Amino acid sequence: MKYSFFSLSRNAVNYHRDWPLAWRSPAPKPHYDVVIIGGGGHGLATAYYLAKEHGITNVAVLEKGWIGGGNTGRNTTIVRSNYYLTENARFYEHSLKLWEGLSQDLNFNVMFTQRGVLNLAHTLADLENQARRGNAMRLNGIDALALNRQEVASMVPALDLSPTARYPILGGLLQPRGGTARHDAVAWGYARGADARGVDIIQDCEVTGIRRDGNRVLGVETSQGFIGVGKVGVAVAGHSSVVAGMAGLRLPIESHVLQAMVTEPVKPMLDTVVTSDAVFCYVSQSDRGELVIGGDIDGYNSYAQRGNLPVLEHVVGAAVALFPAISRLRMMRLWGGIMDMSMDGSPIIAKTALDNFYVNCGWCYGGFKATPGSGWCFAHTIAQDRPHEINAPFTLDRYTLGRAIDERGAGPVPWMH
Amino acid sequence: MSSDGGGGGSSNPMRVADLGRIDRTRALSFTFNGTRYSGFEGDTLASALLANGVRLVGRSFKYHRRRGIVAAGAEEPNALVQLETGAHAEPNLRATQVLLYDGLVASSQNCWPSVGFDIGAINETLSRLLPAGFQYKTFMWPASGWRTYEKFIRRAAGLGRSPKLADPDRYAHRHAHCDVLVCGAGPAGLAAALAAARGGARVILADEGSEVGGSLLGDRAQVNRNDATRWVQEGATELKSTPGVRVLVRSQVAAIWDHGMATVVEQVGSGAPVPTHLPRQRLWKIRAREIVVATGAIERSIAFGDNDLPGVMLAGSARTYLNRHGVQPGRRAVVFTNNDSAYHAALDLHRSGVEVSAIIDARPEPSGSVFDAAIAAGIKVHAGHGVLRALGGTTVRAALVAPVDVSGRAASDARGTAFPVEGDVLLVSGGWNPAVHLWSQARGKLKFDEALATFVPDPANRPPPHVRCVGSAAGAMQLADCVVQGLAAGRAAASDAGLGRSPTMFPPMVERETTCPLLPVWQVEYPEAHRYKRFLDLQNDVTVADVELAAREGYRSVEHLKRYTTLGMGTDQGKLSNISGLAILAGAIDTPIAQVGTTTFRPPYTPVTLGAIAGPGTGLALDLMHRTAMDGWHAANGAVFMNSGLWRRAQFYRQGRERDIEAVNREVRAVRNGVGLVDISTLGRIDLQGRDCAEFLQRIYINDFAMPAIGRCRHGVMLREDGMVFDDGTVTRLGERHYLMTTTTANAVAVMSRLEYLLQVEWPDLDVYLTSVTEHWSGMALAGPRSRAVLEKVADIDVSDAGLPYMAYRACRIAGVPARVFRISFSGERAYEINVPAGHGRATWEAMMAAGQPEGLVAYGTDAMDVMRIEKGHFVVGPEADGRTTPDDLGLHRMIRKEGDFIGRRSLSRPGLAAEDRPQLVGLVPVHAREPIPRGSMLVVEPRQVTPYPMEGFVGSTCFSPTVGCAIALAMVSRGHLRKGRRLWAMSPLMRMSIEVEVVDPIFVDPAGDRLRG
Amino acid sequence: MLLIVCPHCGPRDQVEYAYGGDAKVRRPADPAAATDAEWSAYLNERDNPAGEHDEHWQHAMGCRRWIGVRRNTLTHEVVSTWALQPAKTA
Repeated sequence: MKYSFFSLSRNAVNYHRDWPLAWRSPAPKPHYDVVIIGGGGHGLATAYYLAKEHGITNVAVLEKGWIGGGNTGRNTTIVRSNYYLTENARFYEHSLKLWEGLSQDLNFNVMFTQRGVLNLAHTLADLENQARRGNAMRLNGIDALALNRQEVASMVPALDLSPTARYPILGGLLQPRGGTARHDAVAWGYARGADARGVDIIQDCEVTGIRRDGNRVLGVETSQGFIGVGKVGVAVAGHSSVVAGMAGLRLPIESHVLQAMVTEPVKPMLDTVVTSDAVFCYVSQSDRGELVIGGDIDGYNSYAQRGNLPVLEHVVGAAVALFPAISRLRMMRLWGGIMDMSMDGSPIIAKTALDNFYVNCGWCYGGFKATPGSGWCFAHTIAQDRPHEINAPFTLDRYTLGRAIDERGAGPVPWMH
Repeated sequence: MSSDGGGGGSSNPMRVADLGRIDRTRALSFTFNGTRYSGFEGDTLASALLANGVRLVGRSFKYHRRRGIVAAGAEEPNALVQLETGAHAEPNLRATQVLLYDGLVASSQNCWPSVGFDIGAINETLSRLLPAGFQYKTFMWPASGWRTYEKFIRRAAGLGRSPKLADPDRYAHRHAHCDVLVCGAGPAGLAAALAAARGGARVILADEGSEVGGSLLGDRAQVNRNDATRWVQEGATELKSTPGVRVLVRSQVAAIWDHGMATVVEQVGSGAPVPTHLPRQRLWKIRAREIVVATGAIERSIAFGDNDLPGVMLAGSARTYLNRHGVQPGRRAVVFTNNDSAYHAALDLHRSGVEVSAIIDARPEPSGSVFDAAIAAGIKVHAGHGVLRALGGTTVRAALVAPVDVSGRAASDARGTAFPVEGDVLLVSGGWNPAVHLWSQARGKLKFDEALATFVPDPANRPPPHVRCVGSAAGAMQLADCVVQGLAAGRAAASDAGLGRSPTMFPPMVERETTCPLLPVWQVEYPEAHRYKRFLDLQNDVTVADVELAAREGYRSVEHLKRYTTLGMGTDQGKLSNISGLAILAGAIDTPIAQVGTTTFRPPYTPVTLGAIAGPGTGLALDLMHRTAMDGWHAANGAVFMNSGLWRRAQFYRQGRERDIEAVNREVRAVRNGVGLVDISTLGRIDLQGRDCAEFLQRIYINDFAMPAIGRCRHGVMLREDGMVFDDGTVTRLGERHYLMTTTTANAVAVMSRLEYLLQVEWPDLDVYLTSVTEHWSGMALAGPRSRAVLEKVADIDVSDAGLPYMAYRACRIAGVPARVFRISFSGERAYEINVPAGHGRATWEAMMAAGQPEGLVAYGTDAMDVMRIEKGHFVVGPEADGRTTPDDLGLHRMIRKEGDFIGRRSLSRPGLAAEDRPQLVGLVPVHAREPIPRGSMLVVEPRQVTPYPMEGFVGSTCFSPTVGCAIALAMVSRGHLRKGRRLWAMSPLMRMSIEVEVVDPIFVDPAGDRLRG
Repeated sequence: MLLIVCPHCGPRDQVEYAYGGDAKVRRPADPAAATDAEWSAYLNERDNPAGEHDEHWQHAMGCRRWIGVRRNTLTHEVVSTWALQPAKTA
């Protein structure tokens, strides 16, 4: 049933008793042309684009829990493409363009709002870095504006703009087309879209092993039995090392916990996404009115989906320093996600040493905004058995060849990205 | 009785004379929604409002329905108020948790113009169009329209208002250690604390209430044949007099973290704004060996039509208001239950003079002690009946009652069999849910308890061995069990904390009740039920129909349910609604509740003020600013400061009305033509001693450090293991086995840590000892052609070129202070870096300035320093060496040692690092000499193209060079060395500038280095 | 909030430590002789188990010693800690 105001009204008459399933929950078939491991945004988007762009519909998405239950449902919902390095800029801009038509494409309102992403500059070095990044963005065809202090003040009056602040705000780099989306809706929308094109979405189906014959993967062992495959794509974020390990591969990935939190809802006070690298904190306000606050990873390997106090204290301290008036608001919910931190801070969407086994990982903090682009590129890579030129730089062998895509210039120390 | 406020003055129409723990001698005046009321010391805002007969306290989130007080504690979903105004404003406080104080001002939220007449209530008439998840199905056309729709949605959402001013209050952090932390001071927690304390444990007992006792303060229970509050009093007295025991009241255990760490939020003061010498809240960080969770249980409701009418209240909460606050929730009560506990409420109300019209019990054959007592008291019990719907316009007038089967379903002819039972309050109990939040936060697992129809801690599955859960939080519903469990847990915890076996404590005498099992009825169904809203989550307006819709559409995981319907996502985090919601879901998808499972209980238990989390670590104290010893002199002499990492440094010194650039140019000219002094204390300094220092330096630097003579300095560059330039600095050999290394300001900590790693992990056989001495020394650089003349006056050594040649070091005294002098230059001029012990930094600086006056010595800042290093073509870590550059890129290939390994060498031969098109360090000058080179501009061949542009490189650093007389820049350009003499465009779309530049050698001043050597 | 026992100093809060990652990573003895693949494995590949993990931490705000820690990445439980080498005396 197509979603629209009219279908909503029509169903209202009958107390909404006739809405169909948004997606089926079929039992797995014995064999699929493509099995995607991981029913998060990336995996579901991959399945959707495999069906939509490449006509491959004999596809299963295997999810060990409930779809969208990993980082898709645990992020701060920020969408942006404000990258300096051309490889990143082109990829994330491709993703952003897909975001811009996503609700209509999926017929599911993912509530993507281009409320702008403002990156604050606190030092002269910040200003210079932002200038370099903004100029590179513009030359790459991405929107970017340099704001001075007054412009920042009028855009976000709740900020502490006092020149005597610990980290005084000197200006900022704004990407007006950046914004936020409703994270859960992205998973649901892709699931519904993929399902409608014939993809089987199988929840509560944990992959426990990968059966190989030499360089070929024959199938996956799951909690619902063995499933034969033509090709396998892995999109499991924080668990990439674990799943790749089942196929005998070692990845340049460490899994780290990243915390985020929301406050109790308040009436609108912040319409823009505000981020600061100097104090390492990002703040936005959801449509429900909650302030959504995130910061740095806790900094040690973890699969626990829970963080600890020191980082939380610093992130909240930073948020209150930026927005002194929010000191009296209250943190309502705190959670952790498992970040697949790569060695250069950039993702991997690539073929592997195995013939029919593909990986999509290394998203670090950036996975949510990449969802459409990641799925689109991964689908292309799997369907064509070669990367699209947009994801061609994001190979596995770039680490061996010395072609890292190191946006922060931090080197092969995953928790520094 | 007034329903919508009124009732002003000192009259408390609903107050009863002889009940409650309030101080009737201390009347307090407060204002709610503009009307003045009064209450008493010991009231909460909620109890005071009820005492004044105020029924309507708020409007709901989505439909703006009228809402009254439902509960008495942290689970309250409706009575959210905005407390105070201006900078002291605080939104979304639960009236049930606000202690009343004199002069309190509060108002309802989420309504306009008033809580009585709220325009937003129009949503109610549209509610058929607004089922769960409606927003995902619409607002998609036109594509650009969402931003507009969203504006309305955002305005309608949110609850209270954030203050606009900075928080005037302070928040403290306090660390504590204990053997046993007991969370909750109800019967189980109190017993646990007593037992642990008698076992000799250091105990911290924390409770959110204003006094210990928990549920015993509100339920008239008997302990040792006396009022239970007496046992509470005795216990509290014993704890207070036991050394090593700390009792924290108004202190909510908010979260349990790893390894026995708990955070407790203490509300300092008694509710009123605190005086300025006190923090408003104190966040305790308690590291406990053992933790006992005794957080009690939370009553749940039953879903029936219009169950959100003001006047519908949880039975246990009504009992609390009566017994603890001396407030009758109504004149005439209807009670609806599926378990025994509501009978206690009915009996207490009955005894206090409230007419109980009837108890509607869903169980077909209730029995047991309390049932017998109710019958004996003459209360009518309708067994096997349910409430179909609450009746009434603005508040409850009656309950519509009909016979129901054991699943809560009324016959199809409900209309015929239904009858109204009149009353102005409708008290409901659907059973109790243990407050397992802290247990779950500590990674304790849950199991489904069929008898209680809820999830309880699974003691067999206790992953953190130091956490125990007892009392009603563990599913014990009889007081006697709570006390016994508490005592046992306290004793075991003390023992596990290493205090040996503690004395057995005999439990106090508590009478057991004979009980009748609960009947798990979650909702009352009947054929017309869908016409009326049956709420599960009152705060978020989530109804039974919403849950059923979610199930129908496939949102069947409990997490999908929560996220799709927003069930349990309000400020109460579903304390009332979660279990009921998943029971309804389980019914809808025909799955046992146990299998449906719960959502994750995340911290905090109740919302925690951001200010309390940040504590002192915000504002200026977010990261403490580092200042050099000379900072005061800089400030007194016109310095304009800038942040550099954690340090503040003088950017330049303004004289008179100089513009920034004029000051910088003046300082540069002064150094190039005379002499200047700059504060370089922030540079990292590492002292190396040991037999193998030379070998160690060989391994970490790309240059040859084999045989530096004692007293000589060398510039060194170190790489990361991936081949990228990490840091640069100088190394001076101070003695046979003694070296001093400098690092950049930014990397001081990282270099030290890395070197320690290498020595301790990779090369433990090397005999090298590292000490960070950054803060031990103040550093200043004396630079310029006349620098020697100044140095001569203050130093007690021969500073001639023979005595102190370029790249040499001497120990000496400067102005009488022991000092180290290094003839090192960053500016390209003759220069001396002088280190003195930090305590002498300012005095030495001032002595130098005085001695230099005849030579025209000026202080210069980081900007002038930057200009001069750009003029000299020195790259710096950051703009040029941006973590992606190799030594080759920076033109350092000649510096690289021919033989042997060093950190990063192996990586340099990787194809990506040896590629021909890599960026190379070059200089740029504008083709038109008067044009600037925009900061951060990117370099392209052709300025007018269609995006994306191919980029050839970027401008690293740029400035106006007073020495060259035009703008200059250092840039990283692909195949830059081959492009010298060629032209590029420096583009800054941000500044709408495109400047044509010529690629030149990066050394603009004195390429031969003559000035350097004098 | 982790509590890590420094083998040199005793139990200390996590805020005193800096993380150093996979303890199994060892620099090849002769990097020049390492193949590209071996060198890349040293640079980039890490143990990343969901379970017990041997890792390095530095007691940065204490004795500045790098220590070994076996920690469960699923529960954060610290199983054991050890000194990397006998204490040197100057």
